[in-house]
Amino acid sequence: MARRLPRKDVVIVGLGWTGSILAYELARTGLDVVALERGPWRDTASDFNIGTAPDELRYAVRHDIFLRPKQETLTMRNNPSQTALPIRKWGSFLPGNGVGGAGLHWNGQTWRFLPDDFRIRSHMIERYGQGILPEGNQIQDWPVSYDELEPHYDRFEQVAGISGKAGNIKGKIQPGGNPFEGARERDYPTPPLKQGYAQSLFTKAATEMGLHPFPRPSANISMAYTNPYGCSMAPCTYCGFCEWFGCANYSKSSPQTCVLPALVREPTFEARTDCEVTKINLSGDGKTATGVTYVDASGEEWEQPGDLVLVCAFSLFNVRLLLLSGIGKPYDPASGKGVVGRNYAYQTGSGALGFFNDAKFNPFAAAGSLGVALDDYNSDNFDHGPHGFVGGASITSAHTNGRPIRYHPTPPGTPTWGSAWKKAVKDNYQRVTNVGAQGSVMSYRNNYLDLDPTYKDPLGRPLMRMTFDYQPNEQKMANWMAERCQEIVKAMGASSTKLNRLGVPWSVVPYQTTHNTGGAVMGNDPNTSVLNRYLQSWDVSNVFVMGASAFPQNAGYNPTGTVGALTYWSLEAILKYLKSPGALVSR
Amino acid sequence: MKLPAKACHARTAGLGDMTMESADRRYGRTSRRPDGASPARHGVTRRGLLLATAALLVTTSGVNARVVTKVLPWKPNDAYPVAPVVPGGYLFFTASEAAVVEAFVDRLIPADDLGPGAKEAGVTTFIDRQLTGPYGGHDWLYMAGPFSENPLPSQGLQSELTPRQQYRMGIAALEAYCKATFNRGFAELAAADQDKLIAGLEKGAVQLPNFSSKTLFTAIYNNAIEGFFADPIYGGNRDMIGWKLVGFPGVRYDFRDVIDRPNQAYTLPPVSLQGRPAWGER
Repeated sequence: MARRLPRKDVVIVGLGWTGSILAYELARTGLDVVALERGPWRDTASDFNIGTAPDELRYAVRHDIFLRPKQETLTMRNNPSQTALPIRKWGSFLPGNGVGGAGLHWNGQTWRFLPDDFRIRSHMIERYGQGILPEGNQIQDWPVSYDELEPHYDRFEQVAGISGKAGNIKGKIQPGGNPFEGARERDYPTPPLKQGYAQSLFTKAATEMGLHPFPRPSANISMAYTNPYGCSMAPCTYCGFCEWFGCANYSKSSPQTCVLPALVREPTFEARTDCEVTKINLSGDGKTATGVTYVDASGEEWEQPGDLVLVCAFSLFNVRLLLLSGIGKPYDPASGKGVVGRNYAYQTGSGALGFFNDAKFNPFAAAGSLGVALDDYNSDNFDHGPHGFVGGASITSAHTNGRPIRYHPTPPGTPTWGSAWKKAVKDNYQRVTNVGAQGSVMSYRNNYLDLDPTYKDPLGRPLMRMTFDYQPNEQKMANWMAERCQEIVKAMGASSTKLNRLGVPWSVVPYQTTHNTGGAVMGNDPNTSVLNRYLQSWDVSNVFVMGASAFPQNAGYNPTGTVGALTYWSLEAILKYLKSPGALVSR
Repeated sequence: MKLPAKACHARTAGLGDMTMESADRRYGRTSRRPDGASPARHGVTRRGLLLATAALLVTTSGVNARVVTKVLPWKPNDAYPVAPVVPGGYLFFTASEAAVVEAFVDRLIPADDLGPGAKEAGVTTFIDRQLTGPYGGHDWLYMAGPFSENPLPSQGLQSELTPRQQYRMGIAALEAYCKATFNRGFAELAAADQDKLIAGLEKGAVQLPNFSSKTLFTAIYNNAIEGFFADPIYGGNRDMIGWKLVGFPGVRYDFRDVIDRPNQAYTLPPVSLQGRPAWGER
């Protein structure tokens, strides 16, 4: 029997980017805020000490700071006719754990989605007709526009100190930036990172091909910066231990560097770590959340009453908590009815490796979001008519690291071991570079999340089941993008190339991306969305759900910029809600 | 009296604020029961400390949530380093198992014109120590049943066997195969025969008695690459042999100079978490 604790004004589940931003902004207004985080507390100074942080085996291979599957994992299958099995060891994606969440180990690519992305269904039909939409799709427009989100993108970029070059300020195209981006009020708070040799080749080749390369927006920041919360960051040193690692330099934007130092000083804020929320508790009529139940590290159960519950875990675990709490009707692909778990989407990865006769790319001098990108093939920036697919990809030349357990590229046909392998590893370490395409994934009837009937977590609760595969539309798109990448890497001077097509069926084994989206999507229609346009639950009005779980489908970008913008967008609505509680949009 | 420090997590909270009372720091104000009286509510005072201590006195079942409020709970020089591997002997392998692994990794990454290989890099010691830690037991993985007989390839790892079991059973099966086929152990085979056999294990063409040849190959292969390229603190990559082979400068953590000089060779020697041999013992 759970023991009841004193009531709080706001209960936050998960202390990553979204949880820490909301906690700070709400505690600042004098509200009593408690954040419950199932992982440990983490500080830059101690957890990512410069004497321990750069350790490839510990972090990138053994996953020391990540969620341990033993604590929670998912089951997976490619389609509803198969039997799902647990993801026993992380592979394709890698959820974070502890304070900072995924905002701690991310690469730091901080994009705004394009204006068309927010009304992709309407836009595609208007331009190409119904026939362009793929079979079985459940693509839907976002309930919010780029223009509405613009000030909130800006706010997140200012808090995170993002380094980049604007391409469109108030409608005026800026040389050197992304000419396809939506209009911005102002430039990024800090200038772009420096780029490496491969990026200079890419920029030259792409420009000569008539494409529009620009430095990608980065949360590994280029210069010392103090954000609006008074938190200070230091310049990136291109150490090459970024994604999958915490940053010892205070150079990567994260809750630790950008929010927590200000947040902990708020006298009405308290964080409890090693506390796993098991359920959002509801009133008898199921229309109001009364708080949450959580289990501490000893297995002891507590009830934390609260007036407002903000669900701020990683996207997948937001969905599971809603399913376990009975908030919103679970999605059923057979009938197409229900909403929780609907429209799970992911990201495609494809591209081409280029092998150069004579180059020193120095791949180890790198940062998680160092790179030059182009958006000529993203969203609907090109004519989809001849191709018959929906969606697009950002194409990038980047080195994020040269850590050799994982990074020792060899040309096709190289033996996997022995002296010939060793020679190829030595010869190619400096001479290989990649041009990659990170693409959108649309939403489909049979790509979804629900509770697994067989497998349980250590607390006896069902694991979530992921049913997902890349559909023909995504395969066509990603493979077409791989060819574009190959054209560019050849133009950069590669003597030979290796085309990386999209791997199908989707497999949990190779790492692909931790851009898991959907499952608790926002929308204007409660029959096809879990949340209204303010990220408020349609069913339980004092529950708001942050994160990429709200995306109706995924765009050809990393999600964090949009997650940050949605958080500030929702914050504005939450402040309004607090003055006059109730549904912000009537059903 | 039960000292709060005893009930805290191993990572007892230290407090960064140097103006704080030493007693407050010692007792780790940031760890307490969530229903306990909060010293934070009363500011950083002796009274707050006494309230917190009192709360811990009346509740004896342990402090199992860490509570952070008012200050970031780190203290100068706090870090969570890994324990450096001390080479010498084996903690998991028997002498004959170690000999098989050593011979195996010596063929995977041989010493040759390009320099030393996995054996010289201490990869066998690396694997031995990894097997004694959480990796060896798949301690962090989801190992609850049921285990499927027919998993899809896209579903990844579905074996019940931990790395320790894979090595113990796999090496025994390999030795049984070698004794039956060649009348001697794997380590005693000629290099060319070892290479042929390893290639057969990799492809699954060689059938070991009651053990998947691919599973054994994959375990040793992955661990050999790890041990050749991981920081030397784990017992492999001795003298940063693997890093020198490719030209990885290690953990210097600042390559602003390299970014400023594109397409130029990097000439400084690598540095590991424990420094470089030239810097002496650490």
